[in-house]
Amino acid sequence: MRYRIRFSKLGKIRFTSHRDVARIWERALRRATVSVAYSEGFSPRPKLSFGLALSTGHESLGEYLDVESLGALDTEELPARLDPCLPVGFDVQAAAEVEPGIASLQQAVTSCTWRIEVTGVGEADLDARVERLLAADELVVTRERKGRPVTDDLRPAILSVSPAAQTAAGAEVVAELATQPRGLRPSELVSVVTDGDDALEEGRVCRLHQWVFVDGARREPLPLLSHATPTRHAEACAS
Amino acid sequence: MSSIWPQLEPLLARVQKPARYIGCEDGAATPVHAQHKVSWLLTYPDTYEIGLPTQGLQILYEILNERSDAVAERAYAPWSDLEALLRQRGLPLFSVDTHRPGGDFDVLAFNLSAELIYTNVLNCIDLAGVPVRAADRRPEDPLIAAGGHCTFNPEPLADFLDFVVLGDGEEAVGEITEVIGAWKRGGRASREVVLRDLAQLPGVYVPSLYDVRYDGEHLASVTPRFPDVPARVEKRTVADLGQWPYPKNQLVPLTEVVHDRLNVEVFRGCTRGCRFCQAGMITRPVRERPADQVRHMIDSGLRRTGYDEVALTSLSTADFSGIEKVVADTVGCGSNISVSLPSLRVDAFTVGIAAQLQQGRRTGLTFAPEAGSWRMRQVINKLITEDDLYAAVESAYSQGWRRMKLYFLTGLPTETDEDTMGIAELSRRCVELGRSHVKGASVTVSVGGFVPKPFTPFQWFGQNTVAELSRKVGLLRDALKRDRGVQLKWHDPKATLVEGIASRGDRRLGPVIETVWRRGGVFQEWSEHFDVRLWQDAMAEHGLSVDWYTHRHRTEDEVLPWDHLSAGLHKDFLWQDWRDALAELGLPDCRWTPCYDCGACTGYGIEHIVASATPPAGGSQGTGQLVFLR
Repeated sequence: MRYRIRFSKLGKIRFTSHRDVARIWERALRRATVSVAYSEGFSPRPKLSFGLALSTGHESLGEYLDVESLGALDTEELPARLDPCLPVGFDVQAAAEVEPGIASLQQAVTSCTWRIEVTGVGEADLDARVERLLAADELVVTRERKGRPVTDDLRPAILSVSPAAQTAAGAEVVAELATQPRGLRPSELVSVVTDGDDALEEGRVCRLHQWVFVDGARREPLPLLSHATPTRHAEACAS
Repeated sequence: MSSIWPQLEPLLARVQKPARYIGCEDGAATPVHAQHKVSWLLTYPDTYEIGLPTQGLQILYEILNERSDAVAERAYAPWSDLEALLRQRGLPLFSVDTHRPGGDFDVLAFNLSAELIYTNVLNCIDLAGVPVRAADRRPEDPLIAAGGHCTFNPEPLADFLDFVVLGDGEEAVGEITEVIGAWKRGGRASREVVLRDLAQLPGVYVPSLYDVRYDGEHLASVTPRFPDVPARVEKRTVADLGQWPYPKNQLVPLTEVVHDRLNVEVFRGCTRGCRFCQAGMITRPVRERPADQVRHMIDSGLRRTGYDEVALTSLSTADFSGIEKVVADTVGCGSNISVSLPSLRVDAFTVGIAAQLQQGRRTGLTFAPEAGSWRMRQVINKLITEDDLYAAVESAYSQGWRRMKLYFLTGLPTETDEDTMGIAELSRRCVELGRSHVKGASVTVSVGGFVPKPFTPFQWFGQNTVAELSRKVGLLRDALKRDRGVQLKWHDPKATLVEGIASRGDRRLGPVIETVWRRGGVFQEWSEHFDVRLWQDAMAEHGLSVDWYTHRHRTEDEVLPWDHLSAGLHKDFLWQDWRDALAELGLPDCRWTPCYDCGACTGYGIEHIVASATPPAGGSQGTGQLVFLR
């Protein structure tokens, strides 16, 4: 049986990598005595699949994981069962059974909403910089992909950007960035915003939502439980 | 100051693998500092991924944090990228638990596991904002301590360390805490006051309380400066490992580290008597953990950590009484649990163990024949026959393993090219045996250059030169060039040279280590940082001969830099064993045969704790007799 789990990643543990998170989950599921199915072969691996990788150092309120379980799980009690088995900063927010043939998270997610901070910049300056980007017909950049330079137009991947808000170290925007056909990472957006200005740097970045299309409507792969409190550990961890 | 986290956090976005600086491990203590507590910063002077699994450090971390008068945190050497940022911003070495500055602790205690990390010790002291030379420190500076196997010759670091603990630390850390606590309550008078008191504790060595005299280039004597300071410092030995079931809460790191699995120490000490092996000599006698305690530690450890692999650690795990039963119970205690036995003697590795191991997931198998010929193995007292090795290898291949690792040393006393070439011959034969069971059978052969160590029978032996070691590696490379089943790896002979300089060095090496460090020679265990020229140049500048320190045979009457320290072993026992080595005479394991009085038990009134009075079944067990393939 296949289950989808939604979790947050906040505070100090945001410095763990995507691979680290996979291992953390493998251990957590064993600690919680969830019987995960294993692959066949010479070195069997637990059948877990993660969504789009979150860059090391970025936080998230909407991470997902699909688990192939050998037995039925009580999805109501699953968050409370898993939380104590996870390091401080990871919080399970929701769990639900999904159909076995459902598209993988990597395939299904079409865009993500991010909160992106840029340090060393004022609110108005950031707004002006974003406006220039949005006004452009195309934003052609050359990026390194698999060791080869590739020229891409980033403009279609910028779906929306909110007005800037002041933070202690600079200003932040909320932006929705496409993940398909050619995705745009928050760091890439920051680098076109700063446009070579060394005084400006990427600050805190948090993934707020991942989006899928179901019957033409945009929604989250798993809605939040109404009673979820995603920031249980965030303060303790960041201190 | 409390925590540098706010200043550190923005830097972590710019460094490689930032997760190694955040702490947050399951099993980490929540340290509460207080004026009446002695605060320890247990520091592993290499990266987090190498240092975190260190069992000794984790054991002391727990023992200290269980005490009401102590608090312990951990630190690891920050990698060069973060170090540069810290220095640029005037930030210090910090603990990973609460990100407290290193200079705020009462004690900075280093684990010394290898010679090549010595320059990192200086770097960590300096990064903590503490003067690197002990003589320059003020009462308010932390005390700089060291423990671990390299402390059996701490002389090269004598200028930089305030005190050193020899042997097992479980009991000593508590006694040291009490002495330092009393000194703090007394208003932290001069450092000499607390160091004199520490020198009274068994196992604690304070280098600054000894005068060293030289007679030309030779060491003449090391004598205490005060009558209350012991002329010889004896190592500490925990009599019964069963009383110390640590770590109880092994740390589970959030990021990948070496040995990333549950580690359960099944026994300490080894009396197989391999003459090159310092660990076996200095940790005697054998103290087995009760099998029930082992089972409990495995069971509760797996449940608590979520690991799916457990390593049963010791210097020779297949010698543990009832090993087959423990492995069987562990593999049976959950699905997909694998057991690894990191240090395996071939004559105790049976088809039975192999069959048990492969019930879980197969982990890597490593055997250490150490030398390529029976003659050579008699010299080093690694009394395993070729048939023992083939039986073990055959057991593994027959149980489904496709490859294994073989460890060898080269540059051993009396070694001839025929002995060296025996390594190639043994390796080839192992692959042939494997091919009769599995098509793609292969072996990885690792060859290390031999470094003579203090408190071993080979402490008098002149180490092979870089040229000689390189020539021997070359012979093997040529011999194995066409063997597709044998993959040859070797340790850089230049690194072996530097290990050799430091291994048996005296206090005159202090300035050399300091010079290498000041010129940027840190992380010398990492090939991308290691630079033999730094060491050769510094030796020359300080007027010291690499040849004299490393390649010269020492004489029986020579004063050795560690003669004022003791691992319990009688020097005449070691000398006799050295003569026996040259005569190609083996010495049986005293665990199962009568005592030959090496001194390790008799000197301290302790003895072996082993559950079985007979050696494990399966091989020739040092008799040199033929064994029947099962």
